[in-house]
Amino acid sequence: MTKLLCLGIESTAHTFGASIASSDGAICSDVRDMYVPAIGRGIHPTEAAQHHNSVADRVIVEAFQKAGLRPKKIDAVAFSCGPGLGPCLRVGATVARALSIYLQKPLVPVNHALAHIEIASLTTGARDPLVVLVSGGHTAIATYAGGRWRICGETEDITLGNLLDMFARATGLAAPGGPEVEMMAEKGREMIDLPYTVKGNDVAYSGLLSAALREHKKGAQMVDLCFSLQEVAFSMLAEATERSLAHTEKKELLLTGGVAANKRFQSMLESIVKEHNAEFYVVDKRFSGDSGAQIAWNGILAFKAGLTVEVKESHVRPRWRLDQVDVPWRA
Amino acid sequence: MKLIRKGAEADLYLGNWHGREVIVKKRIQKSYRNPRLDYRLRVVRSVREAENLHEAKKAAVPTPIVYLVDKENTTIVMEHIRGLRIKEILGSLNREKRESVCTQIGRMIGQLHSISLIHGDLTTSNMILPDDEKIFLIDFGLSFHSQDQEDKGVDLHLLKRALNSTHHEYASDSMRSVFQGYEEIVGAEVASKILKKVKEIQYRGRYFNERT
Repeated sequence: MTKLLCLGIESTAHTFGASIASSDGAICSDVRDMYVPAIGRGIHPTEAAQHHNSVADRVIVEAFQKAGLRPKKIDAVAFSCGPGLGPCLRVGATVARALSIYLQKPLVPVNHALAHIEIASLTTGARDPLVVLVSGGHTAIATYAGGRWRICGETEDITLGNLLDMFARATGLAAPGGPEVEMMAEKGREMIDLPYTVKGNDVAYSGLLSAALREHKKGAQMVDLCFSLQEVAFSMLAEATERSLAHTEKKELLLTGGVAANKRFQSMLESIVKEHNAEFYVVDKRFSGDSGAQIAWNGILAFKAGLTVEVKESHVRPRWRLDQVDVPWRA
Repeated sequence: MKLIRKGAEADLYLGNWHGREVIVKKRIQKSYRNPRLDYRLRVVRSVREAENLHEAKKAAVPTPIVYLVDKENTTIVMEHIRGLRIKEILGSLNREKRESVCTQIGRMIGQLHSISLIHGDLTTSNMILPDDEKIFLIDFGLSFHSQDQEDKGVDLHLLKRALNSTHHEYASDSMRSVFQGYEEIVGAEVASKILKKVKEIQYRGRYFNERT
């Protein structure tokens, strides 16, 4: 069989990325440029979209150059169709549509959450895992059955990435908050009491955020507060994960998404997986954060399954949930 | 004692208690969790579980008899209910039988909620069907008292999602039967309010589009 090549364009939130993936599993190039909000501020959707607009052509040209390919060589153009910030999604979609028409190659809409799972499956070799997807946009525990990913547990309010970002923002740490909080937490020792909210396989983080910010106002040591925040937030999700693992009896656990890079969270899940005699897989650090690579690879899978879209039908879907996506290639 | 199951938060042993066959449920230390936080959670949950396994009986919900609570060692000794978990059998039942099981589950939840008891972790793993066809409810570690519609709604929402993720082929039919049983106990007016709440809670999940 001849190799298929797919260009993937990512633009759901702060990252604009372009990558070319091959159907043999190779990621031929992976270029990104990230919009970084000022300290104390979050992502401003319009500003982020303007950023994406200004870097799009350079990022895409570089993706072709690094792959050593001429644009005509690709077989399909994939783009992150949702979920994400509307203005940001529209930049990626517009560029993808233009390339699809100009190169006369089919357009493939990709669900960004699913793409986090697929790139992790590709790079780890996990086959039938329980998935923990943690990022700025997601905190979900999912399992595949009957053509779709089914949600076993999720956050009932803000995501783990939100929690860390919003905490960092309010306490003067740089964005993205996760790595900053992790660095501070490594020096913390004292456990500060914070609310622990697990509801079955669900978690809720907004109460924890308020309580942590209250402690900050009261003058708690930042290192101890970051330490305690991580311990409580991660333990909650680890517990929900363990409950899902026991209920589904899966033998593999796959951790993916931006927060997957956190070493402390990894070590918690690793210890759970050992208890249940399962295998633990963590997405390669290169692909934990948002990337064109995840879109390009998912694009290959969807393209092979015939899931293309006409340009005039290719609306972005800012609220496209993971459990609404048909995934025929896994069945 | 023989280890018969490693649950999510406890090890279950089959033991003997003055000639009775019993389950010894030991909440074990979680090495991933900060020791102080871990111990606090295990003690609270052991006590809560024992209290509310008993409390549920006041609402005529079948639960195992508690023989001993060892708070310091976060261990409960309770009656051994022989039978299969609903998770294991739901798929093999015919439609009629499945609906009757789900209606019974709904009634049970209605009974609990009528005395303001929230289970907190309703899944088909936490229900046992013995031979005499009366479902037993177990695992009360996350249970608590509340009169809030919100908490009752979350309780049912969790069951709905457990059905969707493990029994997707007949999840919506099953949930309809659950609601039917629930309504029989709490009445149509309360049931419709809680049902509305369940929908609202579901839409709090990430990226739910209210228009769909």
